[in-house]
Amino acid sequence: MITKEEVEHVGWLARIEIDAKESDAYAEKLNSVLGYFGQLDEVDTEGVEPTYHVADIVNVFRKDEVTGSMPQEEVLANTEHKQEGNFKSPKIM
Amino acid sequence: MAAWTDISGIRQKIADSSAEEVTASYIETIGKSKINGFTTLSDEAINTAREIDTNGHEGPLAGVPIAIKENISTKGLSTTCSSKILQGYVPPYDAHVIERLKAAGAVILGKTNMDEFAMGTSTESSHYGPTFNPWDMDRVPGGSSGGSAAVVAAGEAPVSLGSDTGGSVRCPAAYCGVVGLKPTYGCISRYGLISYANSLEQIGPLATNVADIATIMDVVAGYDKRDSTSINRENTYSDALKDDVKGMKIGVPEEYFGEGIDEKVEKAAWDAIGKYEDMGATYEKVSMPHTKYALASYYIIAMSEASSNLARFDGTRYGYRVDGDNWHVMASKTRAEGFGDEVKRRILLGTYALSAGYHDKYYLKALKVRTLVKQDFDKALANVDVLMGPTMPAPAFKIGEKIDDPLSLYLADVNTVPINLAGVPSISVPCGLADGMPVGLQIIGKHFDENTIIKAAYSFEQNTDHNKARPPEVA
Repeated sequence: MITKEEVEHVGWLARIEIDAKESDAYAEKLNSVLGYFGQLDEVDTEGVEPTYHVADIVNVFRKDEVTGSMPQEEVLANTEHKQEGNFKSPKIM
Repeated sequence: MAAWTDISGIRQKIADSSAEEVTASYIETIGKSKINGFTTLSDEAINTAREIDTNGHEGPLAGVPIAIKENISTKGLSTTCSSKILQGYVPPYDAHVIERLKAAGAVILGKTNMDEFAMGTSTESSHYGPTFNPWDMDRVPGGSSGGSAAVVAAGEAPVSLGSDTGGSVRCPAAYCGVVGLKPTYGCISRYGLISYANSLEQIGPLATNVADIATIMDVVAGYDKRDSTSINRENTYSDALKDDVKGMKIGVPEEYFGEGIDEKVEKAAWDAIGKYEDMGATYEKVSMPHTKYALASYYIIAMSEASSNLARFDGTRYGYRVDGDNWHVMASKTRAEGFGDEVKRRILLGTYALSAGYHDKYYLKALKVRTLVKQDFDKALANVDVLMGPTMPAPAFKIGEKIDDPLSLYLADVNTVPINLAGVPSISVPCGLADGMPVGLQIIGKHFDENTIIKAAYSFEQNTDHNKARPPEVA
């Protein structure tokens, strides 16, 4: 069972603000899904390897060659928050 | 111009009149639409068609209009995943599939509606509002590629691209009575597809008939070094367009006819399998015992991958932004307002499933169950050529019926998600009606054996009339 305090903590980890009024409703819906997930406990997975992906490839290498990149103005075209060729955000620390 | 024209009919029409006339007729049809399938129309479509008329074009899709799902990047054309958080985002580059389509002469009509970030089975969670099923405006078109299926069913585009993470091409294809293919994982480059669950998803075509699916695959499939999971393998999909299933061995997984299946859907699927017997194929029942655990495994993996993939939407570089005193507050407020409820739920659950103390219980366990699900497919497909069953356990449900109960929505995906866990290809073709709504037959093949399922689907289409059924308002 996920508690409303845990919902708020996970919200912080995921950088999604959840206020105290919403956390009860989230906890209820998340618990119904987590309850369903609990059925996996029935499955015997002793000695079974995990499958992260199904592509039959191991390592994909390429030559370390310099190629063209996107013009700076195109990279910055989708934001108003920019300065001297950089993205501009509030302070992180 | 008649709706539901196929690619060869369109090419003939272009030869007889012009690409401009064809594109203009689709734009006119879209203008009268009531289904909210398109989100954005391209200003360039008519110019592209005119250029093809003026300069000629040798490509296999010269002048053929196509609709593109909202999560596939199109240079200069809005791509928002039907989310408020990407409001106003215009990609500076084309996805690999868009480059291929343009080189083949296709005319991109516009972008199609979807469940926000492809997380859904109904296309109700879109920031643009729901898309309506052309067969019954009170019902959902399926999802998440609901717009891409509905516009093809309504004759607003002859073909479209969707993406399929857990059934998002096949479900709306089944609900809207069109054909949809989920290719083998690695078959089509995901470069430019905005990721939701990257180990599961593939771009796939939707069309009114199987031949058009093969034609689109011949254009968009193939190796691309910009997607590290792209497989270098040559194939000609249209070679599979043969009416011949003599001796084909069909496996019918009993689990795909499980608890809760609609009786009329069950009958339509069995009638289809009976038809294959008449056509010279044989069938045997097979068991895929881990099917019942596939849903939980799928949702844990998809949500975990989503929590990572969607971390990039933080208001810093594009899209919606809510100001804050520091970056963390800005990002937290931006994401709280920018994402819809279902997207937030999935990110929260994914973050929880990956967090310290729960990683082994949920994420690692789900990956191990994925191995068992995949082994079910390996074993079943070792003895048969294809697997068949109903794509969806019931016909399209009513708008609003399930949206407030996430778990009931997830349960609708029971027959489609195992395929994505295993990475095998699957095609949904119309196989009849249940109470006036389309039913889809799902044909599943071995890894990279698209040609066998295309051949099976094409043969069925040649020997039945199911794909000729049209929504009531599309004569």
